Amino acid sequence: MTDTQIPTEQRLDIRLSVNGVPHTTTVTPRRLLSDCLRHDLGLTGTHVGCEHGVCGACTVRIDGKPMRACLMFAVSAQGHEITTVEGLAEPDGTMHPVQQAFRECHGLQCGFCTPGFLTVVSAFLEENPTPTEEEAREAVSGNLCRCTGYQNIVKSVLRAAEITEERKGCAHAEGDAR
Amino acid sequence: MTTKMFGAPVQRTEDLRLLVGNGRYLDDLGEGSYEAAFVRSPHARARITGIDVTGALDVDGLIAIYTYEDLTGRVAEPLPLLIPHPALTHGRTAYPLAKEFVNHVGEAVVMVVATDRYLAEDACERITVEYEALPPVVGIENAHRADRLVHDDVPGNCAAHLVQEVGDAPAAIAAAPNRLELKLDIERSACMPMEGRGVYARWDAADESLRVYTSTQTSTGVRAAVAAKLDLPLDRVECVTPDVGGGFGVKIVHPWPEEILIPWAARLLDHEVKWTEDRREHFISAAHERGQLQTVRVGFDDDGRLLGLDVEILHDNGAYTPYGIIVPIITSTQLLGPYKPGAYRVDFRSLYTNTVIVTPYRGAGRPQGVFAMERAMDAIADHLGKDRTEVRAVNFIQPDEMPYDHGLLFQDGRPLIYDSGDFPGSLDALKKLVGWDEFEAYRARARAEGRRVGIGVACYVEGTGVGPYEGGHVQVETTGKVVVATGLTSQGQGHQTVFAQIVADELGVPIEDVTVTTGDTRRFPYAVGTFASRAAVMSGNAIALAARNVKAKALRIAGEALEADPRDLEIVDGQVRVKGSPGASVALGTVAVLSNPLRYAFDEASKAATQLTGKADFSKPPVAEDDEPGLEGRDYYSPPTATFANGMHAVIVETDPDTAEIRILRYCVVHDCGHLINPMIVEGQVHGGVAQGVGGALYERMEYDEHGQLVNASFMDFLMPYASEVPKIEIDHLETPSPLNPLGIKGAGEAGVIPAAAVFASAIEDAEGFPITRMPIQPSELFHLRKRFAAGEIPALRRGADHAAGTHR
Ligand code: FES
Ligand code: FES
Repeated sequence: MTDTQIPTEQRLDIRLSVNGVPHTTTVTPRRLLSDCLRHDLGLTGTHVGCEHGVCGACTVRIDGKPMRACLMFAVSAQGHEITTVEGLAEPDGTMHPVQQAFRECHGLQCGFCTPGFLTVVSAFLEENPTPTEEEAREAVSGNLCRCTGYQNIVKSVLRAAEITEERKGCAHAEGDAR
Repeated sequence: MTTKMFGAPVQRTEDLRLLVGNGRYLDDLGEGSYEAAFVRSPHARARITGIDVTGALDVDGLIAIYTYEDLTGRVAEPLPLLIPHPALTHGRTAYPLAKEFVNHVGEAVVMVVATDRYLAEDACERITVEYEALPPVVGIENAHRADRLVHDDVPGNCAAHLVQEVGDAPAAIAAAPNRLELKLDIERSACMPMEGRGVYARWDAADESLRVYTSTQTSTGVRAAVAAKLDLPLDRVECVTPDVGGGFGVKIVHPWPEEILIPWAARLLDHEVKWTEDRREHFISAAHERGQLQTVRVGFDDDGRLLGLDVEILHDNGAYTPYGIIVPIITSTQLLGPYKPGAYRVDFRSLYTNTVIVTPYRGAGRPQGVFAMERAMDAIADHLGKDRTEVRAVNFIQPDEMPYDHGLLFQDGRPLIYDSGDFPGSLDALKKLVGWDEFEAYRARARAEGRRVGIGVACYVEGTGVGPYEGGHVQVETTGKVVVATGLTSQGQGHQTVFAQIVADELGVPIEDVTVTTGDTRRFPYAVGTFASRAAVMSGNAIALAARNVKAKALRIAGEALEADPRDLEIVDGQVRVKGSPGASVALGTVAVLSNPLRYAFDEASKAATQLTGKADFSKPPVAEDDEPGLEGRDYYSPPTATFANGMHAVIVETDPDTAEIRILRYCVVHDCGHLINPMIVEGQVHGGVAQGVGGALYERMEYDEHGQLVNASFMDFLMPYASEVPKIEIDHLETPSPLNPLGIKGAGEAGVIPAAAVFASAIEDAEGFPITRMPIQPSELFHLRKRFAAGEIPALRRGADHAAGTHR
């Protein structure tokens, strides 16, 4: 049955830089970045809620910009710096201000949507470190969460801005002391 | 005493993992396992005439293809009917893979196992299934008319017909000075957890044992079902629930076909197999809820007091009834809310359609019940020209009438008896919170600006913490750390935190020293599951009781060690000490060592417990006859009846006079779930529920076309609210404790969603001046209703006339 002959899929060796760490892996051209991160590199913090670009659970940062990993092929992420939820905390384990804020404000329940929110908000606050509540709500309005009703997520964004500010203050104080 | 944890907004322990990407959800497990994909029916109703798999055989990485013909033993039988009921005379369940007939789009027909999911899907695409399409039954009216049948042997498409009666409602209505009839319609929505379903099974051939991981709301239920289906002794099957990305009801259904097929294939192939549901599969092959048509007849006096209430419900149960008729039973009983209905009659028919099955979604039939009752309350108020809250108030069960017996049977088959609640108090709090009495002034101001606003109110009572039981196990390790287990599962409710709060208080240990495991049958094999807002009530109390047992034992053993009367001892910060003389103390960890006489020492702590080094009383055996080694306790909580939480919501909406857009200006909640273990978590539950309520009222609907195709089966087309659609939610709590359980708590999980459809209907109708009888309502529908209203096809509210004249009170 010639019409059912399936050509063996091409496999490509790719190099990805994720959270500052270089990885090499072999993928088929159609392998989604989300699947590659989760199943080839074992970075399962990035979640998949819809696989059609609507829920935002799979959001990672590509060269700093939030992107939906379910809408990207792994091969096309070569040559870019990828940041996933696993890469948000400081190397010493100190949580990113956004992570700390989500904990303080109860910005997550089941936690499935959370990595997408964290990556989006971390990027947003770099652009707008002092958002209004309206802007904070707007910033997270591209991600779906079925648990929290968003109340505490919006609060978390505002709190994260405060924490960033507080930490800067501390860093300055330390700098002054030296 | 260390700070009291019960009642404090303690930050969640689970967040430490979940925030840094260290959660373990189903699809995070099982690297290297085979993966399954399914060929699902594209037809709503059809006969399968042939399956040709030859095209798939060459797919790289293909491991196996299974159709119904391949199923063996009990796997080839229909799935269990989980909750039988005498009224469910025509219960039907599906086969794990379709046998000859398919009854809804999405029903599984072929299972493919391959080395990865991409390849499994490649193979699915190359399998040809031939169908003889049959005309489907879609929509409740069609099901009821029964020109066509879903199942040939189910006359009238009627799975169940149940009538419950207290008094003679038709007679009471006929004799009443005022009478009204309402026709109401609620459409389907669905739980839509962000993580779909998923199963991963590991078969250990040498041990002949199976471990099943599944994204479920009941690991004990799945374990028992899998063991039975695969004909394995229960002790050869373990079921573990990893982190679960939301449930909201859909994951209480079990066993899903996949929960049987994946373990079955894993054993057959002697290899790990995993299946992770994708979003489209979740839309077309999991479950929906809500769809009902209701006819409500009420008779009432001139104060608006109900004299008789007669409700007929046509309930769409989809193609099968694996979860029985729980949803319409809950609608029928919880419809009563905080009111005394006078004579009551409720008659429901649960009907088959060629659509996805209907099983509980957060609220589980209550939103529809509350919709019926609250629509009736508003209609009565409008009929009599009374304030809507006044009519509700005259019908309330009063606090001094508690416990209140409705004379009906609840979903657990037990009497419907409210244990406590202060409904007038709740309503007062709500009116204050939303500014009910000032609203007319606000409306007048808005009207002067050319804006159209309305206010709505809706009340509900929610039976929570239904039995039969849950259990808890608490163990102090020799390190002083405390491990706690309960059998029910978690899907984001913060159980690891709230149960640790309870244990920290009961046992007198720092909360950081308490670790909680849920939903793992290896740790606690007896459980029911997480649904019906029952986890905190059931497991919370069981764990508290278990911790009290542990404390009693600790004090007894410490009393011997300290030569003190146990009644003079207390535990503070993990130290057992003599009250008033803190010097004399022994660490809980040491007590744990002493509780377990050893023969062998493996470290310093255990050395102290070995037989030959300890002080011994030779007249007694090392472990007393009525004692057990170890500092641990297990207990169960099994209440005689459910405990009833209540709440009331108010919403202020603005409807655009031109575009009919519906804007939420304020959303207020008064909620009473007894004592709060963790107010932060309870509020989170309310928030999430309200958001789902907003979705259900204004956006979400499952759109089936006449062929039974679900035309909006994706997040692009099925509109769930984003942050931009959910208003700020204002909450006030009452705390009327439950007298039924040691902690005085009631469930809170579903509260937020229950009155949402009703409260929006109330507010939109108040803004528009004509009755709203159908939910959800989108701007296009409102626009259409306005046109019909203008054409005289819809009657005005009585107060609607005032509206136009600008004198409405
Ligand atoms: S999984 Fe990528 S947007 Fe939903
Ligand atoms: S926390 Fe569960 S989906 Fe957002």
